[in-house]
Amino acid sequence: MTDAPCAAHAPLDGLASLPARFVAWFSARGWRPRAHQLAMLALAREGRDALLVAPTGGGKTLAGFLPSLVELAREGGGCGIHTLYVSPLKALAADIARNLETPIREMGLSVRIAVRTGDTSPAQRARQRRRPPDILLTTPESLALMLSYPDAAERFRGLRAIVLDEVHALAESKRGALLALGVARLRSLAPDARIVGLSATVADPDALCRYLSPEPRSVALVRGEAGAPPEVEILIPDARMPWAGHYATHAAAAILELVRRHRTSIVFVNTRAQAEVLFGLLWRLNEDNLPIALHHGSLDAEQRHKVERAMARGGLRAVVATSSLDLGIDWGDVDLVVQVGAPKSVARLLQRIGRANHRLEEPSRAVLVPANRFEVLECLAAREALAEAALDGGAIVAGGLDVLAQHVTGVACAGPFDADRLYEEVRRAAPYAALARSDFDAVLDFVATGGYALGGYERYRRLVRGSDGLWRLADPRLACRYRMNIGTIVEAPVMHVRLGPRGRRLGEVEEYFVSTLAPGDTFLFAGRLLEFVGVREDEVVVRAAKRARDPKVPTYAGGKLPLTDTLATRVRRILATRERWPQLPAPVREWLEAQIRRSSAGEAEELLVETFPRRGRHFLVAYPFAGRNAHQTLGMLLTRRMERLRLAPLGFVASDYCIAVWGRVPIERPEELFTADLLADDLEEWMAESTVLRRAFRNCAVVAGLVERRLPGREKTGRQVTMSTDLLYDVLRKYEPDHVLLRAARAEAAQGMIDLGRLSDLLNAIQGRIRHERLSRISPFAVAIIAGIGKEFVGGEALDQELEAAVAELLAEAMA
Amino acid sequence: MKPHPIRLCGQEFLLDPAGALVWPKRSALVVADLHLGKADALARRGLLAPPYELEETLARLEALVVRYRPEIVVSLGDGLHDAGAAQALESQRFDRLGALVRRQRWLWVTGNHDPVVPIALGGAVLPRFVCDGLTFVHVPSGAAAEVAGHLHPVARVATPAGPVQRRRCFVGDGERLLLPALGTFAGGLDVLDPAIAGLFPGAFTAYLLGARRIFAVSSRRLVREPDPRRHRLQAGRSSPRSLA
Repeated sequence: MTDAPCAAHAPLDGLASLPARFVAWFSARGWRPRAHQLAMLALAREGRDALLVAPTGGGKTLAGFLPSLVELAREGGGCGIHTLYVSPLKALAADIARNLETPIREMGLSVRIAVRTGDTSPAQRARQRRRPPDILLTTPESLALMLSYPDAAERFRGLRAIVLDEVHALAESKRGALLALGVARLRSLAPDARIVGLSATVADPDALCRYLSPEPRSVALVRGEAGAPPEVEILIPDARMPWAGHYATHAAAAILELVRRHRTSIVFVNTRAQAEVLFGLLWRLNEDNLPIALHHGSLDAEQRHKVERAMARGGLRAVVATSSLDLGIDWGDVDLVVQVGAPKSVARLLQRIGRANHRLEEPSRAVLVPANRFEVLECLAAREALAEAALDGGAIVAGGLDVLAQHVTGVACAGPFDADRLYEEVRRAAPYAALARSDFDAVLDFVATGGYALGGYERYRRLVRGSDGLWRLADPRLACRYRMNIGTIVEAPVMHVRLGPRGRRLGEVEEYFVSTLAPGDTFLFAGRLLEFVGVREDEVVVRAAKRARDPKVPTYAGGKLPLTDTLATRVRRILATRERWPQLPAPVREWLEAQIRRSSAGEAEELLVETFPRRGRHFLVAYPFAGRNAHQTLGMLLTRRMERLRLAPLGFVASDYCIAVWGRVPIERPEELFTADLLADDLEEWMAESTVLRRAFRNCAVVAGLVERRLPGREKTGRQVTMSTDLLYDVLRKYEPDHVLLRAARAEAAQGMIDLGRLSDLLNAIQGRIRHERLSRISPFAVAIIAGIGKEFVGGEALDQELEAAVAELLAEAMA
Repeated sequence: MKPHPIRLCGQEFLLDPAGALVWPKRSALVVADLHLGKADALARRGLLAPPYELEETLARLEALVVRYRPEIVVSLGDGLHDAGAAQALESQRFDRLGALVRRQRWLWVTGNHDPVVPIALGGAVLPRFVCDGLTFVHVPSGAAAEVAGHLHPVARVATPAGPVQRRRCFVGDGERLLLPALGTFAGGLDVLDPAIAGLFPGAFTAYLLGARRIFAVSSRRLVREPDPRRHRLQAGRSSPRSLA
C-alpha cells in the first residue's frame, strides 16, 4: 500500500474479525491494522455506508479496500465486478491498482484487478467485458461511459461496494455532479452495494456524507488518527520582498538551496506558466546538476509518466509541479514541500503539504514562498489557519442542468427508461436533491427535441416515447456521438507542440497562445527554450533556441483559484491588528507602516477606498479581499455605474486583494458607487452582454450535448457539426430567455466566474463602512496593482522583470 | 437607425446598420447571405439549434423593406442555405417569405449554396446583376465596380475601456464593396484574412454594424482575429532550418 500503517491501537475484537492470512500478512510486514481500518471492516460487515476522513499517510486507501479483499478472500471472486473504485485522476487509479497487487500477491488471494480509464485500450476493454475483474478502478468520465452501454445493468448488478477516493476533491466540482448522478444510477442497479467515501481532512464532513447518500445519517463517519501538525516556514530570502508579480524569481536561489539540503522536494506553484519560469530559473542556477524535473498537465503524457516513475524510485531531488501532483499517488520519500506563490486555499495547502512524508507520526515540513508583499500576509494567514486546523471549502454546489442533460442522454443510450423513476433516482444524487420536477422535465425535453417553445424539430427528435410510456433513443447512432462527448471539463482548444517536424511531442499549448507567435519568437515550454517555426496541420513545430531576450510563457485559461473567504478574513484581520505588526517580517512591516503614514490600512469591518490622481487620470483603488472573480465582476459594474454618473471611466484591473478603476474625472464620493443596489441595477444587463455569460453558455452547450466537443483531428473528418455558440446564444436570449441552457449558463457564471454570492455579501457588509482616503498620490498598497496595468500582454502575463521597472517608478512616487 | 452614406464608383449609396446596402437612385435594397433554413439544415445533421433563425432573418428583412420601401430587392447569393432548406421550410413561413418576395421586384442572384431557387417562391433568378456599370455578384473577384457577398466579413476593433469588439461589417475602398451576411446563423471571416484583404489593392474601410449606426474604421486600425494557423509551414519542407 501507499503507506505504512503502523502504530496501531487496534481493539482486539476488531483484530479477531480479520481472517488469519490477513493477520499474518500484517505481522509479516511488522504492521498492525489501524483502528479506522478495522472500523471500516466492521461497518462493511453490517453493509453500512461510510465516510473515512483521514490525513494523508493514514493507510486510507487500504482501509477502503480491506473489507472488499476480506470478502473476496472468504467468498471467492470471479462473479462479476465486486468493488468499483472511482478516482479523480487516471494516474491515481493506475497507481492504486499497482499498489493493490502487492498484498493480493503476498497473501495469495485470487482477486483480479483491472483499470478502466481513457487510457485503456479497446482490447483490454473487450477483455474486461468478457471476464469482469473483481475490482475495477476507474474515473467519473469512464464510469459515465460504462453506464451508457446496454450491458451496464448486467455488469454492475452484483456490485457489493463503491469506493470514491479523494471525494472531497470531486464533490465541489461539476465533475462531482456527474459522478453523483452515476452513483445514483449504480445504486438503482445494485441496491445492496455499500458506498465508501475516502477524503482528506475537510471543513465540513457532513456535506460529504450528504454527497455519499440521500440518507446522510446512515453514513458512518470514521476519522483516522490526526497526524502531527505540519511545520510551516515562510521564506523571505535576504529580507528581499518584491512589490508586485507572482513568479517569485527573487527566491529561486533560496529554493535551490532548500532542494540541496533535502532528499526529495516537491516545489508546488499555482500555474503552468509559473512552473515553466521557475523550472528554467532553477536550472540556470543548478551548477551541481541536481536532478530536478517538471510536471504539469499540459506536458506530453509520456514525459509526465517518466517523471512520475523517476520520482517513485527516488531518482529525483526535486520536481516543480502544479496541481497535477496535488492528489494521491505515492511519491516515495518526499521530505520537503515548497509552495511558491500564494496558497489561495487552506485545504489545498494542507493537501499539498501532505505530499511530504507519508508517515503519520513525523510532522510534514513545508516552506511557503510568497512572491509579493500581499502574498506574505496570505501565507501568514494560511499558516495560522493550519495551526488552528480551520479549513475552508467542502461545500456541495447545486448540480448544473447541463450535466443533468448529459446524464439523461447517457441513460437513454443504455436503454429505455421511465421518466418518473429517473426523476426519483436523480434526486437521490445530493447535487440534485432539490431539483424541481419542472426543471427535470425541461432537461428531458431539451434532450428529446432541443427544448424550444417553438417545437419545430419533431422530425429530428433524439428521444421518442413509446406506447409503453418509456423513453428511448430515436436513432442508435446518437449513442456514438454521446460517447465522444462525455465529461464536464470544456477546455480551450489546444495544439500539440513538436520538436522538429519529425521530432517528438512535448505537450500542448492553447491555440490562442499560438496565434500570438510569429516565426522566430521564443517561448518557454516543457522546461526548454523553444523557437516557433510554424504550424503544420494541427501541430506547432518548434526547435531548440540558443538564447532569447524575452521569451514568452504560454498561459492557460482557467485553473486559477480565487482566494478563499477563510483566508481573506484572516488577511484582513492581520491588517487591522496593529499589535501584531512588530512580529511581521521586516519588509512587510515597513510597507505597512509606510502605508499608514500616507493612507490607512483599514479596520476589520471597513472597506478601504483610496482615490488619487496620476498622470492626468483619476484612480480609485478599493481593497475588499474578495477574490479575483468577484473583483472582476465588481470592476465591470463600477465602470458601468461611473459611465452613468459621467465619471468617464477608462479601465479597471482586479487582483485577489483589490480592484483599481480609473477615469478622466475625479471620484469625489466613492460611496455613490458602492451602493447595495449595484448588483440589482446593472448585473442583469451586464451579464447578458458580457463575455463571461457567453463563455458559460459555450461550456453548458458542450456539456449538455447541443454542440459537439472540439477534438483535434475530428474537424478534418468532417463528422463534426460545430457552430459559433455566440450566435446560438444571441438568438436564444432574444426568443427564449428562459431556455434550460441559458438558465444553466447563468447558474454556472454566478457560481464561479462572477462569484455573485461573495460580491453581494461584500456589498451588504460595507454599507456605511467605507473609509475613503483622499490622497495626493499613489499609496504603498496600490503600487502592486497599478504596476500590473497594461502588463497583461496578449497570451501571457508580465514577468517579474517587466514589472520591476514599473514598480520602481511608482515607488518613487508613493514614498516621496 | 441611421444609415451611413458612401460613394461607390461615383454613385451614392447608403449602408444600413442592419447590414443592407441601399441604392436610392435605383430604389434598390441589396442583402447578402441570408442562409434561410440553416437551423433546419443543422438540425438534420444533429445540431438542434434554436429554431428561430428563419423568423429572425425574415424579421430583419421585413423591417428593411418597410423602412426603405424599395422597388427591387436583390439577394446577393446564398439566400437559401441549401437545396433542402426550401423543401423543409414549413408552409406558414414559406408563405411569409413568398409574401415578402412578391411585395416588390425580387432578384435571386445565385450563390454557391443555392444554385436552385424554387420557382414557387417567386422572384427572378440570375447568376449576376449588372446595372449602371456596377456588377452585383455572389463571389467577389476583386475587380473594380463590383458588389459582392459570400465572405461574411467581420472586423474587430479595440475599445478604450473594454474588450475587443467583433462585429459584422461592410468592406469597401470606393471601388468595390463586400456586404456582411444578413443571415442569423451565418458565421464570419476576419476582414484582415488574406481571402478578404487580398481583394483590395490598398487600404480599405470596414463599416461595422452598430446597434443604431455604422462605425467606419480604417483597415489600419483594426485588430486581427487571433489565428493560430497563420504561419503555416509549406508541405514538403523536410527541415525547419530551410525556413530560416
